[in-house]
Amino acid sequence: MTIQATDFGLAVAAIIFAAGLVGLLVRRNMLFMLLCTEIMLNAAGFAFIVAGASWASAQGQVMFIFLLAVAAAEVAVGLALVVFLFGKGKSLELDSIVSGEER
Amino acid sequence: MNPALLVSGLIAVAATILVIVQRNAVHALLYLIVSLFALAVSMLILGASFAAALEIVVYAGAILVLFVFVVMMVGAASSTFKPSAWILPALLGAALLAELVYVSLGRPAGQAGGAASVAPKAVGMALFGPYLLGSEIAAFLLLSGLVGAFRLARRDEPPSAEAGKEQSR
Amino acid sequence: MDFLWLVPAFPLAGFLVLAFFGRGLRGRSGGVVGSAAAGLSMAAAIAVSIAFAASGSSGYTLTLWSWFSSGGLASSFAFRLDALSVAMILVVTVVGFLIHLFSIEHMAGEEGYPRFFAYMNLFVSSMLILVLADNLVLLYLGWEGVGLCSYLLIGFWYRDPANGLAARKAFIVTRVGDVSLLVGIFLVAQSLGSFGIQESAQRALASWPVGSPTAIWAAALILGGALGKSAQLPLQTWLPDAMAGPSPVSALIHAATMVTAGVYLVARTHVIFSLAPPVLLAVGVIGAATLVVAGASAVVQTDIKRVLAYSTMSQIGYMFLALGVGAWTGAIFHLVTHAFFKSLLFLAAGVIINALHHEHDIRRMGGLSKRMPFVFWVFLIGAFGLTALPPVSSGFASKDGILAAVWESGDYWLWIAGLVGVFLTSLYTFRLLFLVFGDRARDGRARDGRARDGLDAAGHGEEGPLPTHAGMAVPLAILAVLCLFGGLLDFPSFLGGVPFLSAFLGGALPFSAAGGASGTEALLSAISLAVTLAGIPFGRMLARRSAEALRAGRSEPGFGAFLKKGWLFDSAYAFLFQRPFEWIARINRRDIVDRASEGFGAANLSLSLVLRRSQTGRIRLYVAALALGAALIVAAAVFL
Repeated sequence: MTIQATDFGLAVAAIIFAAGLVGLLVRRNMLFMLLCTEIMLNAAGFAFIVAGASWASAQGQVMFIFLLAVAAAEVAVGLALVVFLFGKGKSLELDSIVSGEER
Repeated sequence: MNPALLVSGLIAVAATILVIVQRNAVHALLYLIVSLFALAVSMLILGASFAAALEIVVYAGAILVLFVFVVMMVGAASSTFKPSAWILPALLGAALLAELVYVSLGRPAGQAGGAASVAPKAVGMALFGPYLLGSEIAAFLLLSGLVGAFRLARRDEPPSAEAGKEQSR
Repeated sequence: MDFLWLVPAFPLAGFLVLAFFGRGLRGRSGGVVGSAAAGLSMAAAIAVSIAFAASGSSGYTLTLWSWFSSGGLASSFAFRLDALSVAMILVVTVVGFLIHLFSIEHMAGEEGYPRFFAYMNLFVSSMLILVLADNLVLLYLGWEGVGLCSYLLIGFWYRDPANGLAARKAFIVTRVGDVSLLVGIFLVAQSLGSFGIQESAQRALASWPVGSPTAIWAAALILGGALGKSAQLPLQTWLPDAMAGPSPVSALIHAATMVTAGVYLVARTHVIFSLAPPVLLAVGVIGAATLVVAGASAVVQTDIKRVLAYSTMSQIGYMFLALGVGAWTGAIFHLVTHAFFKSLLFLAAGVIINALHHEHDIRRMGGLSKRMPFVFWVFLIGAFGLTALPPVSSGFASKDGILAAVWESGDYWLWIAGLVGVFLTSLYTFRLLFLVFGDRARDGRARDGRARDGLDAAGHGEEGPLPTHAGMAVPLAILAVLCLFGGLLDFPSFLGGVPFLSAFLGGALPFSAAGGASGTEALLSAISLAVTLAGIPFGRMLARRSAEALRAGRSEPGFGAFLKKGWLFDSAYAFLFQRPFEWIARINRRDIVDRASEGFGAANLSLSLVLRRSQTGRIRLYVAALALGAALIVAAAVFL
């Protein structure tokens, strides 16, 4: 039987999402964790697109646009934080951020 | 199903997996850009041309470039970790993946079968029609992100301004 | 007879006046107010009794107002006047008034003088409500009222904690009886459908067969209440300790009225008792047992009031014995005469105690016949009444009447017990007389029989008269007269008397004349007289022994100690009830019920402590938890 485009798309989104999750759990550096968060958001957005295409509706893309806005804002603030911490001379390892160790 | 979709999907998956196992931050970023491009192609094939364009322009072109800038500034961190640290997250990820696949494959397919293209005009009509409120809120969100980033990343005040404040007290 | 309600109302008003305004009263005014209230009550009682006798009716009910009425059961403030209640109100008011008069002078100078008379008035009022009550609930109201006043008055000198203990003991022990009575009242009401005494009596006769379990239960429960208030076995332990109160209290409450409430109760509900022959037999047996036990204990006591307390217990045993054999009128007659002579004895004892500066130990007394002649003579009259010496004592008529009735009933063991009691009564009475009033030198109690040097127990000089205040002497004299001539109310017929009282009471109680041949009666009286007289020399011997024991510093030998401690009932109750209760209280110190309700809080606290550990601040842990949670939720949504 042929694989439907929708199913394939959703499967791809799921795999990318899971990969991002694993990366988030494994990595300790804050930059990497932010990256993995972006991966997950992107995967979710892709799933929305697939669903929208499947139903021939614009709502999938609309949702994707909102998601983009969220991701952008979040990345901005997150990276600003990273820069801030770096400027203060703190370490970026996640376990040490809580205790505020120096780099 | 379009074979191009299959290919680009596979590329996206492979690139993402390579991202998370990289040691070098810059390499990881580059792999992620590849993945995003592949996904954009998938979106094009699925008929969501506007979304594909936005993916490239905003996501790959702005967000990831920002990442690159910060990584350059901060220094490419290379974090080391034990291989055994992968086991539990891998299990968890696998479990979640299995569930997601199970759920998504069981759904009834939409009537279009997955290849109907949605024009950008329709997206624009939806965005400024029923979803106008959402658009405005997204604008607010971006503004708050802007302000927060600005405040957080600002350096200390220049000495002249501080001296001026002390004198006027 | 419409003014019947005034009889309990006057003392109640006296109580209210003294309670609210008593603190401002100076000097003897409190006593005067209290005695006036009691006197007015007495006047009303006499007037209503005359009216009743003149009207010739057998019963009169005055309903004041309805108290409650629900579900078929109703109780109202209704007073019933019949021969029995007439007798009781006369006793209560007359003796009460005389004791009030006595107390004006006796309690003078005490702290809380108006309070004393307030309590006394309240007591008289409650007692009158008790005896006049037409239904069982109102009777119980009076019952509780007298119990309360007994507690308040025993612990009148509250600054000494021992008095408080005695008061609590009295309250708690009688409480056991009160609960029994309450359950009995409920049983009667539930089974017969009415609280009224007359109605329930009629319905009981109609619906309860003789010896039916309901009747037995009801009678037994009511008997329980009577035992508590009247200090009979097994609820008698409180009475000797109740002597911690002032002497007028002992005279009024613990001799003349409250302790006889039990007797009244049984007499009032005699219908129920006659429907339960086993319980009636128990009444008689308990009476006989108590009179022997108490009499034996009285023989070895050294505190003058405790002798009288045990004596009271014993005499009430006689009344219960009479009730048990069906001599209802005999029991009431003895109640009346006992009120006279026992209160006389208590009041006289109070005079003696005060005169000797609160000396209670009779072994330290002596020679008072010369120093307090008036008290000596009235005490002697009271003693004659107590020991039932003919012909001029009221006790003679009543006690012999009881013994004759017991003989007639055919239960010879009970009669023997009664006779033993007569002997014991004579023993302890004459021992008391010799120790208190006897000439010391002749009795072998020389100067070194005392604790102090050259002084008598009062710290006075050895000789010298101790005068009695007129305010106390007059009531004593009146009581003595009543003692002497009270017997005429129901004088034995073989000596030419007319049974006035029995005939009068026959309107309310089954008349039970000691209807044997007058020859038998005379013989029985002679036997008890002989026994009494035989007790005199033995009493004297015991008196001498006690005095010697004091001088030699010996304490009581084993059996004597057993008797003195009231046959160790107190120790037995302490072991059976107090120790387990204290043990339970001890192990429940961190209260189980409290812990259950605190437990919720404690559980919450420990739960929060456990949960707090999950706030580690380690972000990867949080992320992992999030992922895990997501997986679980999706799984739950999909598979469940």
